Amino acid sequence: MPKVALFIPCFVDQLNPEIGLDMAKVLVRAGYEAEFTRGQTCCGQPAFNTGYWNDAKPLAERFVKVFRSAETVVCPSGSCTTMVRNFYPVLLAKSHLRDEAVKLGQRVFEFSEFLVKVAGRTDLGASFPHRVAYHDACHALRELGLKQEPRELLRHVQGLELVEMPYSDDCCGFGGTFATKFGMISAAMGNAKAGNAENVRAEFLTSTDPSCLMHIEGILRRRNSPVRTIHLARILAHQCGPEGAAAPESAPGKKS
Amino acid sequence: MTNAASEFLRSAAAKSGDLRHRQILRTSVDTYNTAVARGKTRFVDWEAARRRAQAIKWEAVNHLDNYLLQFEARVKERDGHVFWAENGEQARKYILDLATARGVRTIVKSKSMVAEEIHLTTALEQLGIRVWETDLGEFIVQLRNEPPYHIVTPAMHLTRSDIAQLFKEKLGGVNTDDPEKLVAAARAALRRAFFSAEMGISGVNFLVADAGMIAITTNEGNGRLGSSLPKIHVALTGIEKVVPRLEDLAVLWPMLATAGTGQAVTCYNTLVGGPRGKDEVDGPEEFHVVLLDNGRSELLADVEQRDVLHCIRCGACLNVCPVYRSVGGHAYGTTYQGPIGSVLTPHLRGLHDFQHLSYASSLCGACTGVCPVRIDLHHHLLHNRRNAVKAGERAWGERFGFRAFRWTMLHPTWFAALGWAGRLALRTVNALGLGGTKLDPLRPWTKERAAPAIPARSFRSLWKERCGTN
Repeated sequence: MPKVALFIPCFVDQLNPEIGLDMAKVLVRAGYEAEFTRGQTCCGQPAFNTGYWNDAKPLAERFVKVFRSAETVVCPSGSCTTMVRNFYPVLLAKSHLRDEAVKLGQRVFEFSEFLVKVAGRTDLGASFPHRVAYHDACHALRELGLKQEPRELLRHVQGLELVEMPYSDDCCGFGGTFATKFGMISAAMGNAKAGNAENVRAEFLTSTDPSCLMHIEGILRRRNSPVRTIHLARILAHQCGPEGAAAPESAPGKKS
Repeated sequence: MTNAASEFLRSAAAKSGDLRHRQILRTSVDTYNTAVARGKTRFVDWEAARRRAQAIKWEAVNHLDNYLLQFEARVKERDGHVFWAENGEQARKYILDLATARGVRTIVKSKSMVAEEIHLTTALEQLGIRVWETDLGEFIVQLRNEPPYHIVTPAMHLTRSDIAQLFKEKLGGVNTDDPEKLVAAARAALRRAFFSAEMGISGVNFLVADAGMIAITTNEGNGRLGSSLPKIHVALTGIEKVVPRLEDLAVLWPMLATAGTGQAVTCYNTLVGGPRGKDEVDGPEEFHVVLLDNGRSELLADVEQRDVLHCIRCGACLNVCPVYRSVGGHAYGTTYQGPIGSVLTPHLRGLHDFQHLSYASSLCGACTGVCPVRIDLHHHLLHNRRNAVKAGERAWGERFGFRAFRWTMLHPTWFAALGWAGRLALRTVNALGLGGTKLDPLRPWTKERAAPAIPARSFRSLWKERCGTN
C-alpha cells in the first residue's frame, strides 16, 4: 500500500484528535497506509501570521526536516497546508532549507485536495443522512484554490443533502489571533456565518478547516443555534449500518 | 496602546454590535455585487483585463520619474502649472496662497481623497473661504460634518430616510423622501455655488503622461462643471496616479467603473490638459496640478510593497472586506479605509500609530481576489505585521508569548506534556462550571463564544495506543 504521512496540526492534536483519527481512517479506506511522525509539533503559522517571522522560521525548518523523507503528506487543514506550500518559500527565502521547503510544499496536500486530485477518489463509501452546508475556508479557497473538491466529496456521501448557503465564501471571522485580539469583529463575522447556515436550515456546517469550525461552533452554541459543525473528515469516516461508527457526539439540537 | 488603536477598538466594538448598521452595509454591498457581476460580463475576459491593468500600473509606477516629468512638460507647454508637493503642508500652502492671491471667496470641490488626506477643506475654511462639496455623497457627509465613509461611496452608511431628515434640517424647505426630489434639492443648492465659485478643486483619477492631461471620472458631471466654469482649476493628486499613455484609459476607465460601481463606464469622463486656449470658448483661465508625494516615494522604494501604488481607488476591496462590513468606514479613523487603508496608512502616517489596522484582519484574502490591479493586499498586511514586530512596536507580553511558543514547539516532548497539563486544567475549569466565566483562562476566546469541549487525550496519545509507536 502506498504510504502517506499525516500532518496533524498542533491544535488538532490537542483539541480535535478525532478529526485526525477519522482522516487516517478515510485514507486507509482509500487504500493508503497512514503514518504519524511523533516529532511533529506546529508549522509555525501563528507566529508567522502575527509578524514573528524569526520565531516561525526555526519551526518551519524543523517541519521540513521532520517530513524530509515523506513522499506524500496529508493535512486536515487548508490553512496549515497553505503555510507550508505558500508561505514557507517566503519565510525560508534565505534559509539553506529553502529549496527543500519548496519541494516539500508540492508534496503536502489538504485532505480533500489529496483525495480528489491525487488519489482520484470522490466516493469513500461514507453515509451521513443529514442536511449539510459547506463553508469555504479562506485559505483552502483563495490560497489553494479548492472550491469544488470538498463539495464533490460531500455529493458522494450517501444520504447527505448538500445545501449551498448565501455568502459561503465570506470569512467566518476566525483569523488566528484576530479571533481574540478583535473578538467583537470576529464574533460579528461568525454570527453572520451562523445566520446564513441557519437560514438554509442546515443541520451541520462542514469545512476543510478545524479552526474555522471551532470558532463557528462556539458562536453557534452561544446563540443557542440548532446547527452544529463537523469536519469534512468526520463526515467521510461516518458509515451507517452494522459496521458504521456511532453518530458524532455533537448531534444536532444538543445545546451546551 | 496608542490613542488611534484604542479609539479603533472602541468604535469597532460599538459598530460590530450595531445590527442596523450592518444591515445597511449588507444591502448596499448586495446591490453593488449584483451590478459588478453584470458589469463584468461586458468584459470578454475580466482576469485578462486585470492582468493588463496591473501591467500598465506596474510600468507606470516603476518608471514614475519619467512619466511624471513627461506629464509636467506637456502641461507646461499648454501654459498649465505643475507644483510638486513633498508633503501635505506644502500642497496646502500652495493652494491656500493661490486662493488668497486671487481673492477667492467660494470654491466648488469635486471628489478628492487626497484633499481629505491633507485636510484641505478645513484649511480653506479657516481662511473664511466657502467650500462646496459637489459630489452628492460628499455633499451629504459635509452637511453632517463627517469625513467620507467610503472612498467611492462616501454616504454608504445612510439610508434614504436619513438623507431626507438631514436635508429637512439643513436645506430649508426640503421636506421629501423621494430620491429624485432629494437630488433636485442638492442640485439646486449646488448650481448656485458652481456659478459663483472663483475656483474649482478636483481630484484626479489618472494622470496621462503622453497626453499631459488629467482624467476625471464622475457620475454627476460635477467634475466637468467644476473644472470648466470657475476661473481657476486646481487638480490635486498623488504622484502614483500616472499612466503612460492615453490608450491605457481604454482599459482603466471601464475597469475603474466596473470595480467601483459595476457600471460599464462612468457617466462623465473628462480629460483636461490646460487652461482655456486662445481659440477656445470655455475652460478656466488658470490650470494648476498639485502632485503630492506625502510618503509615496518611500513606498516606491519598498520593493516588497511597491505595488500598493498601483491602487486606482475603486473601493472594491472595501466592499468585499468582512471587517469593513462589520465596523464601517469611520471606525478606521483614516482617510483610506478597508484593506487598502490598513495596508497604506502605516506608510503614510507611521507604523507606530497605525500598525493595529494590519492586525485587524482575518487575512481572508477576499480583497486581493477582487483588486482590479491585483495588489497583493492581504499579504502586505502580513508584511506590515512583520515590520511592526521588527520595529519593536509590539507589547512585551506578546513578544514573550511567541518566544515561549517557539521554544515549546521546538521540543515535542514538552509540547505534549504542556498540552496534557493545559487540557487537564481546562477540563477542571469546565467541570467546576467556570468555563466562559472571568476565571476561565480561555476568557479571550470564550468572551464571545461558548467554551469548547476539551478532550481527555491528544491525537498522539490515541494514535500510539491504536497503532503502536511509529
